[in-house]
Amino acid sequence: MIMLFFMDQEKSAETEEDSFAEVVTLGQDNPLRLDSGEELGPFDAAYKCWGKLNYDKSNVVLVCHALTGDHYVRGINPITGKRGWWENMIGPGRPVDTDHYYVLAINVLGSCAGTTGPSSINPETGKPYGLDFPVITVGDMVRAQAMLLDYLGIERLFSVIGGSMGGMQVLQWAADFPDRVRTAIAIATTWRHSAQNIAFHEVGRQAIMADANWNHGRYLDQETRPHAGLAVARMAAHITYMSESGLTSRFGRNLQDREKLAFGFDADFQIESYLRHQGISFVDRFDANSYLYITRAMDYYDLSADHDGVLAKAFQGTKTRFCIVSFTSDWLYPTVESRHIVRSLNAVGARVSFADIDADKGHDSFLLEGDDLNDVVRGFLGSESEAMGGALP
Amino acid sequence: MNAQELRASDIRVDLLEIARIIEPGSTVLDVGCSDGSLLDYLVREKQVDGRGIELSPEGVNQSIAKGLSVIQGNAEEDIDFYPDQSFDYVILSQTLQAMKSPDRMLEQLLRVGRKAVVSFPNFGHWKVRLNLGLLGTMPVNSTLDYPWYSTPNIHFCTIRDFVKLCQQSDIHIEQSMAINARGYRMPFLALRLANLLATQGMYVITKKE
Repeated sequence: MIMLFFMDQEKSAETEEDSFAEVVTLGQDNPLRLDSGEELGPFDAAYKCWGKLNYDKSNVVLVCHALTGDHYVRGINPITGKRGWWENMIGPGRPVDTDHYYVLAINVLGSCAGTTGPSSINPETGKPYGLDFPVITVGDMVRAQAMLLDYLGIERLFSVIGGSMGGMQVLQWAADFPDRVRTAIAIATTWRHSAQNIAFHEVGRQAIMADANWNHGRYLDQETRPHAGLAVARMAAHITYMSESGLTSRFGRNLQDREKLAFGFDADFQIESYLRHQGISFVDRFDANSYLYITRAMDYYDLSADHDGVLAKAFQGTKTRFCIVSFTSDWLYPTVESRHIVRSLNAVGARVSFADIDADKGHDSFLLEGDDLNDVVRGFLGSESEAMGGALP
Repeated sequence: MNAQELRASDIRVDLLEIARIIEPGSTVLDVGCSDGSLLDYLVREKQVDGRGIELSPEGVNQSIAKGLSVIQGNAEEDIDFYPDQSFDYVILSQTLQAMKSPDRMLEQLLRVGRKAVVSFPNFGHWKVRLNLGLLGTMPVNSTLDYPWYSTPNIHFCTIRDFVKLCQQSDIHIEQSMAINARGYRMPFLALRLANLLATQGMYVITKKE
């Protein structure tokens, strides 16, 4: 992600970096019942937390991550060696202020950063699941997170926040567990995957499956990995995270380390070199099968599906307070999708704030430092904690 | 209501006049809520359950930063998505003249709210008449502070025009108020006089039974 290049500026005077990262095993007695009808259990859930839990556990903020994200929101990510992906949003003095809130980030089901996914060992065979891992949904991810909260003894969340697929989980949380969610902040997201969203994901999946090294998902038994396919999938997806104007202003038609066109198929243009770099660096940190499973979960996402196709019904009677944020240049989950969420919430009388933030960096804007986004999140959370009597923590 | 209850320094005085109308503890939708000043005041001082719609991103960001439930949107489109009679009051302050269809907007206000509070610049004010009548130019002053070519205000009306529209549209006028150039309420002696002397008209309207 682009933001990683900017992270160096962040002050390193952090002392809470090494707060514990935990993995707990859940579903031993009562397995997780999946939307597919299958059952999963036991499974591991990896999570990390920051800040202090207050005496009545009323200051918990759950952070939901995006497709290729993880629970390393802050501090050094041990997998990549890079800094966490949302340090500008979460931390001491940041909009989600860890001096006030107890922030919890959980790796999603199907991922490859600690929570059980297709690269984990299947206890029945002693080998990696591969394609024997059941197909999961965003609803399954959220139910798995709820099981972890049960385990931790956390009944209610002060807030759930996330962008992109994280935003989908936020909405799913609010729809499935309305009594457990006081406020919900869904950023740069949608209420269902559109044909175009599915189409881009299908290109990525086909690139992985067309790689001979993919070997029907059984590549972990062999020396080679489907890195070429996964890199292409990442390159195609990465284009959807940026805007045309952002690409033009950053790369234009600039040439890469050369004065003139080479009349070949090397990376003549900077944008080619940039995308290749994005693809190559991605394969070191992400599992190809996880990419298949999680993109599938996103494609299956349609919050209105269980409500006769009427999104408003998913939020009927909700007491949760919502903050919906979109970005003007996001064409992956454009403003119109957020507006539909907002109108549906208004239709059921829910309390909702909605900002369409003027930004030219496309979908990735949600990860980048920005005063408008900061002010909106800070103001929204601050007013709610004030409404609780300002007693946080 | 005494002066201590409503501190004039907090918000613009004409907004204060609107605030005086709103019953404490009611549900309020402020259409075109700008930076949320009025809504914030109502939430804090009158404990209303307040919501807002605002077109400008700056206004929306400022409103949300105040902790208000305000959505970015075009009021004329977004009002359609609120359920019938879901608010005690719907406020449309200084915005009617910027609507594409002010008549339809009034209808929607009274569909969504049990009462609507509507204020608008009075194009019948004597200075406006003087401007147009003697100088022959479009008026530009504190309540009409845009030149004609860049004004968002596309449907000006006089107080008399507004009353006429209400009569035609089966809208009951519960309260008529005249606001002077400094934003204060002035006596509404007669329609003819108000239409000449008031810089703003302010109305509480309901649907005719």
